[in-house]
Amino acid sequence: MSNPRIVNDFSITIGTVNGSGSQTANVTLLRALFKMGIPVSGKNLFPSNIQGLPTWYTIRISKDRFIARRDVQEIVVEMNAASFQRDLEVVSPGGAFYYADDIKLPVTRTDISVYPMPIKQMAKAAQVSPNLRDYIANMVYVGILAQMIGIDMEKIRQALDFHFKGKVPAIDSNFNAIKTGAEWAAQNLKKTDPYWVEPMNATEGYVMADGNTAAALGAIYGGVQFAAWYPITPASSLAEALNVYLPQLRKSSDGKNTYTVLQAEDELSAIGMAIGAGWSGLRAMTSTSGPGISLMSEFAGLAYHTEIPVVVWDVQRVGPSTGMPTRTAQGDVTEIYFLSHGDTQNIILFPGSVQECFEFGWKAFDIAEHMQMPVFVLSDLDLGMNQWMTKPFEYPDAPMDRGKVLWEKDLDKLNGAWARYRDVDGDGIPYRTVPGNRHHSASWFARGTGHDEFTRYSEDAGTWESNMLRIKKKYETARRLVPKPVIAKMDGASIGIIAFGSTEAAVEEARQILNLEKGLKTDFLRLRALPCTEELFSFIKEHERVYVVEANRDGQLRQILSTVVPPEQVGKFRSACHSDGLPLTAGWVKNAILAEEKI
Amino acid sequence: MTTPVAAVGQSNKAGLTKNDYRGLPSTLCQGCGHNSIASQIIAACYELNIVPEEVIKMSGIGCSSKSPAYFLNRSFGFNSLHGRMSSLATGALFADKNLKVIGISGDGDTASIGMGGFKHMMRRNAPIVYIVENNGVYGLTKGQFSATAEVGLNLKHQGINQYMPVDICLEALASSATFVARSFAGDAKQVKELLKAALSHHGIAILDIISPCVTFNNEENAIHSYTWGKDHEEPLHEISYVPKLAEIILDGEFPEGTVREVTMHDGATIILKKLERDYDPTSKANAYQMLETAQANNWMATGLIYIDTQKPALTDMYNLVDTPLNRLEEKDIRPGEATLDKINAMMF
Repeated sequence: MSNPRIVNDFSITIGTVNGSGSQTANVTLLRALFKMGIPVSGKNLFPSNIQGLPTWYTIRISKDRFIARRDVQEIVVEMNAASFQRDLEVVSPGGAFYYADDIKLPVTRTDISVYPMPIKQMAKAAQVSPNLRDYIANMVYVGILAQMIGIDMEKIRQALDFHFKGKVPAIDSNFNAIKTGAEWAAQNLKKTDPYWVEPMNATEGYVMADGNTAAALGAIYGGVQFAAWYPITPASSLAEALNVYLPQLRKSSDGKNTYTVLQAEDELSAIGMAIGAGWSGLRAMTSTSGPGISLMSEFAGLAYHTEIPVVVWDVQRVGPSTGMPTRTAQGDVTEIYFLSHGDTQNIILFPGSVQECFEFGWKAFDIAEHMQMPVFVLSDLDLGMNQWMTKPFEYPDAPMDRGKVLWEKDLDKLNGAWARYRDVDGDGIPYRTVPGNRHHSASWFARGTGHDEFTRYSEDAGTWESNMLRIKKKYETARRLVPKPVIAKMDGASIGIIAFGSTEAAVEEARQILNLEKGLKTDFLRLRALPCTEELFSFIKEHERVYVVEANRDGQLRQILSTVVPPEQVGKFRSACHSDGLPLTAGWVKNAILAEEKI
Repeated sequence: MTTPVAAVGQSNKAGLTKNDYRGLPSTLCQGCGHNSIASQIIAACYELNIVPEEVIKMSGIGCSSKSPAYFLNRSFGFNSLHGRMSSLATGALFADKNLKVIGISGDGDTASIGMGGFKHMMRRNAPIVYIVENNGVYGLTKGQFSATAEVGLNLKHQGINQYMPVDICLEALASSATFVARSFAGDAKQVKELLKAALSHHGIAILDIISPCVTFNNEENAIHSYTWGKDHEEPLHEISYVPKLAEIILDGEFPEGTVREVTMHDGATIILKKLERDYDPTSKANAYQMLETAQANNWMATGLIYIDTQKPALTDMYNLVDTPLNRLEEKDIRPGEATLDKINAMMF
């Protein structure tokens, strides 16, 4: 099986037992490859469990900068007897299968290279305490793999140095285990597969980060003053990142805090606190996932109706119900668009990259305060929790927009004559005051019940309807404010693709393949917000067929778009939706389009 | 939006008259104990020289939760969601630590739908005067049992309550509230004094005020209405019949350590036991024991049951800047551009 070398263009999957510490080993591999200048992505496919169930980590190595997950696995490293058989089957013909040789199961394939690894013996020889043996065992496979595919040991050391924050004993003991693995492989394994990595210069100007950290940092640069949250996978690390970075970035000159982060007793209280803070003039947010959003529904309607700014991050996972808590999806679009009983339409932002998580992290506050509405930011597990190559975060390019807030001096100028819910400027957005304003005319009475311009209780039919129509008008105003879609074109394309969020990489790759393999040209609109802007309507108009690609069962975005485009355009939509908990692949997107196009 | 009221009557040290503390006319039933509590809030704030603009009023949903509209018109108010006052107030009080928060809730709002938030607010010692206007019944939805209804209570359409009541004060003690008191809406003097103490407390102050419902926790009326409704074969309509009854007010002196029997609107009686003059409210063990004894004797113990002035309030736990958070400007809350270079360098 000695083939020509295949360099920097393959995928590795590592099967381990969760809770064994393999995450450190896998991220070390990913980071070392990144430091070698090779475009990479890593996806952690993990169970909702603390210890003992199968878990996989898949790394895509792509000289062509395609970083979506792939269906094909050229290299598999197997550390788990429970997933041995399944993982052995997925190795692509001509690929490589590394496995811990204490797994006494037959290797039934002859079309691949097979490398048994004496992991247990080597971990034992490492002379660490027994409770660290499993952990060290993971480092041994890092060493063996590094030796066998050509990962630079110096880059591995850099990755460890970063991971262990410079703590030398931890770095040394891990690095020694890796070296032991590498040396053993050099002496005992003969490489028969063609997969190699070589240094490139294609990650210059990039960093690695996850979307939840980026979102938290964005919120901090957006001036977040109050965050309440309740632990939930996959959103917890967003609030935890606030706790890490706020103390570093947001102390006053006398060492005091300009913020509060509070862990609430449930998601009801988390959003309740954030809305209370938003009402009283703070930049307030909460972060959660689908089950939390369901609980927040009533409060979302309260904020919508009382016109209180608040930012809600939904790091989506697979639902309904508890669903698959550790798997990714884009299944909360419809729920959030209409969140709450009664007539509501919510503003949604769709970050499509880690960098955009940062950007929307601060921008969401500007939009929420400008509009006096809740703003929902829909990320997902894949974007939020996995490490991505990203351009460095960019400093906000606009001053903060605090919206129409009247303070004492403003009320003096108005001689105290104002009405909380009056549309003075014709954009539907009224003026507000916040508690703590000492002007005698400042106060108003927020209520979820029917109210007139002066916030007085009202059940008057006309008053109710005109108020609700004014709030609807705000949604029209929001169209001019939300991020516009990003459009990529090919000459002569008559087919359009609409997608949003973390699926961009899969769609972009699919477009290249469709063009190269089938000559099928496509244009691509990545939607970044609801309500839709003019660009979306033009895009649909310009194309014969428009595929809406999304990671959910029912084509939720397509459903929403069908209600907002002119009726004669609705027939152009083709749903390409799919939800199995895994990030979409280019292969799936390509096949979905080819099947419909009958090519 | 409110216009300053011309000063009539005597001014307090804040230069305000009692009129400056008034709210809108009440739309609650005539004779409702909640109105009396609103009057005492007005009196207590006036006597403490509190500036209305420095108070925020919070409530959930229910008859009691309507009442923030009936006092302190010049204060910000929020009549929010059923059972959710606690979380809204918790978020709101971080904006300006100098503000006082008065929360009005009911027994349904607090002891049923809002129990979780209520208890967590207490364990965080959120600085708020939390008043439960407790009548053992759901008024706005026309007379269902609440979680504080006593065993054996008979309500029209509901039958006889079989479940043990929630004791708000016991819950408060168990949840580490730092100020726990009980009173009776008809004992205006005690309500006012407890309110003044609560408004001076830095931390959570729970005031469980028994506030009789003139309309629904009212057996005789129920039977009357039921008969009336049946005769007219419009059983759904009797709920709109609300007799105008006088509010139950305790007259004369009600000294410490004594027991007083009060006849409710339906003819039933409750027994109020005012705490002894030498009762020590700083001992939690005392407080538990006293409530147990009261329960065994079928008394409703009133007075300041427990107080702890040593625990830090929620807003003290966050090392916040002195300027109210909601008056910070962009320069205070957006880190400088150079810091982002450092952050980017911290990423791998």
